[in-house]
Amino acid sequence: MRVALFIPCYVDQFYPNVGLATVSLLEALGVEAEFPVAQTCCGQPMANSGCMDEARPLATHFVNTFDGYDYVVSPSGSCVSMVRNHYDHLVDGDDPIAAAVRSRTLELSEFLLNVLKVGSIPGRFPFQVGLHQSCHGLRELRLGPCSEVMAPRDSMMQRLLSGLGDIRFSQLARRDECCGFGGTFAIAEEAVSAMMGQDRINDHVQAGTEVLTAGDMSCLMHLDGIIRRQKLPVRVMHFAEILVEAMAM
Amino acid sequence: MGHPALAAEFTANSERAQWHDKALWFVREKRDRIATGVPEWELLRETASAIKKHVQSLMAEYLEEFERNAIRSGAIVHWATDAAEHNRIVLSILQKHQAGRLVKSKSMLTEECHLNPFLEKHGIQVVDSDLGERIVQLRQEPPSHIVLPAIHIRKEEVGECFHEHLGTEKGASDPKYLTEAARNHLRDCFCKADVGLTGVNFAIAETGGIVICTNEGNADLGVGLPQVHIASMGMEKLVPRAGDLSVFLRLLARSATGQPITTYTSHFHGPQQGGELHIVIVDNGRTEILKSEFRRSLDCIRCGACMNTCPVYRRSGGHSYESTVPGPIGSILTPLQSPEKHSTLPFACSLCGSCTDVCPVKIPLHHQLFAMREHLDKKNLIGRGKKLQMKLLSAVFSRTWLFNFAGRVARTALRITPRFLVYSRLTPAFQWGRKREIPEAPPKSFRELYAERQASRQSDRQKPSGKN
Repeated sequence: MRVALFIPCYVDQFYPNVGLATVSLLEALGVEAEFPVAQTCCGQPMANSGCMDEARPLATHFVNTFDGYDYVVSPSGSCVSMVRNHYDHLVDGDDPIAAAVRSRTLELSEFLLNVLKVGSIPGRFPFQVGLHQSCHGLRELRLGPCSEVMAPRDSMMQRLLSGLGDIRFSQLARRDECCGFGGTFAIAEEAVSAMMGQDRINDHVQAGTEVLTAGDMSCLMHLDGIIRRQKLPVRVMHFAEILVEAMAM
Repeated sequence: MGHPALAAEFTANSERAQWHDKALWFVREKRDRIATGVPEWELLRETASAIKKHVQSLMAEYLEEFERNAIRSGAIVHWATDAAEHNRIVLSILQKHQAGRLVKSKSMLTEECHLNPFLEKHGIQVVDSDLGERIVQLRQEPPSHIVLPAIHIRKEEVGECFHEHLGTEKGASDPKYLTEAARNHLRDCFCKADVGLTGVNFAIAETGGIVICTNEGNADLGVGLPQVHIASMGMEKLVPRAGDLSVFLRLLARSATGQPITTYTSHFHGPQQGGELHIVIVDNGRTEILKSEFRRSLDCIRCGACMNTCPVYRRSGGHSYESTVPGPIGSILTPLQSPEKHSTLPFACSLCGSCTDVCPVKIPLHHQLFAMREHLDKKNLIGRGKKLQMKLLSAVFSRTWLFNFAGRVARTALRITPRFLVYSRLTPAFQWGRKREIPEAPPKSFRELYAERQASRQSDRQKPSGKN
């Protein structure tokens, strides 16, 4: 099985440890993933701004870079959703290569549970963890139960974490409200974006969250920015980092 | 002014914005609770969506069938291409009957057509009889929500408004007292009205009947006494059969306010004895929408659930959208009508997708908002600064070496620049950094660390074994 790592551009530049944790986690589970060095950005910032002409070359670049792998795995639900759900107008719909790359691009927790069929991951994490269900992972990839939809569904991230010893989870008042990042939204609608982030953090603080986690560093970058500005005692980690740290404990 | 500025104004009063958010979240939670109690909820949504798609595919046929059956039942059917024609038709009916007083129940369509100011200019006294609508009418402002028009107003402010206009006691804020005052005031308006006007929630093609849903019974009171009933109807309100109502009526009130059904669901088939029922079917841009990729926005049954769930709407208030229909659905419908004026609306959205999942007729709202951004870009309406930024980013990301280089430059710049400069107005980080820290720039990127890691493993493998 040839597995490629897709490390989103901002994770590459600002959160290298999340990329390394993904590598270590996959290796611990017996998967030697390759990192195709030509990769840059999936094109989401342009597409979300309406600039399809600017996003198109990046979609083509993505398909060319990741052609030939059995799976493309990424620690980001949002970027995976961009590739899987929003490349329709960006790549040739009849191109079998593009179709294959798109359908084989998976978010990390999906890959672990649906492809590797990982059961419980051994380890210990004696903290109260607050799960942030990032919207694109949740409502576009359906990686967990959506509070709006009246159908039961497991949270993949929680399933992976719940096997760790001594871990506890926060009970939130609003379990899947958006954090307010939203890409360029965070800048264009700065006031609302910051208020949304603050509200999420207040919910976690009230619930007693010690470690805030998610499957998307973009949401966490925004929330961590507020947490650090206010010097709140909340640690922010990608769930891959938690798993790697827990395995070492 | 645009949404971001108006939203910033609304959130500046933090206490009020929190209150607004909580009031609407309460409604959203009520909806969740009651939807949980319907085991076939998702099937109902699926069915409603399928019926709407079917109607769209046969819109002309169903409109004609509806017209035939409505005429057979004794109604008079008018067709209006646009808002102006709708308003002229309503005025001509009023003039024919020498009516000076019109009482209306809630109709978003007449808001869309700006009927009230038009009629008032022609000397007609117009009274909105829905309590929330009456409050905003007295305050001379537009509704801020399609189901809860006065959700942005607190009871103390209603007290002030009623004191000024209805002569209630100064400082009164007891909801029961204020409602009683409104009730007496509206009773008087109902009794004096010459003509009653309502909206239409559903129009049944096979019977020619119309259905109007209210919680206050004001539609029934408004058309009960006058001999003339005018019903303003958007052409997308059709359902094929009376039986289809069993799907939509179960979804509407549950989605809107978390009630099993609206308190009053009134069916009208023809005029009352000796009276007239005029049905004005309005296009006003709907045919164009039907032809576009945004056609599914016409499926909307105006429940307002997308507003209640929208994290942006709840925190920015309905008026920040400057449109008759605010929130997610409004951010599609309004820029379709006037893209220049409303180009910020599709961007007043974090693309969280909650609206799509809450919508009872399964309009893919956030995907339409995504597509609307492209629609605006094609019209050069996303702003020159943003466009330039995206062109630049695209050029950088298209070249791996340039991306790596730009990344290193940016990280180094962040590391060596003094803090006050990083967060100053001069940098692109200013908007981000007002309330948030910028991520700490690491000395090396992932790809650099990964290459080092692979290289050291490679050399480990190449070392002769047997050392241990």
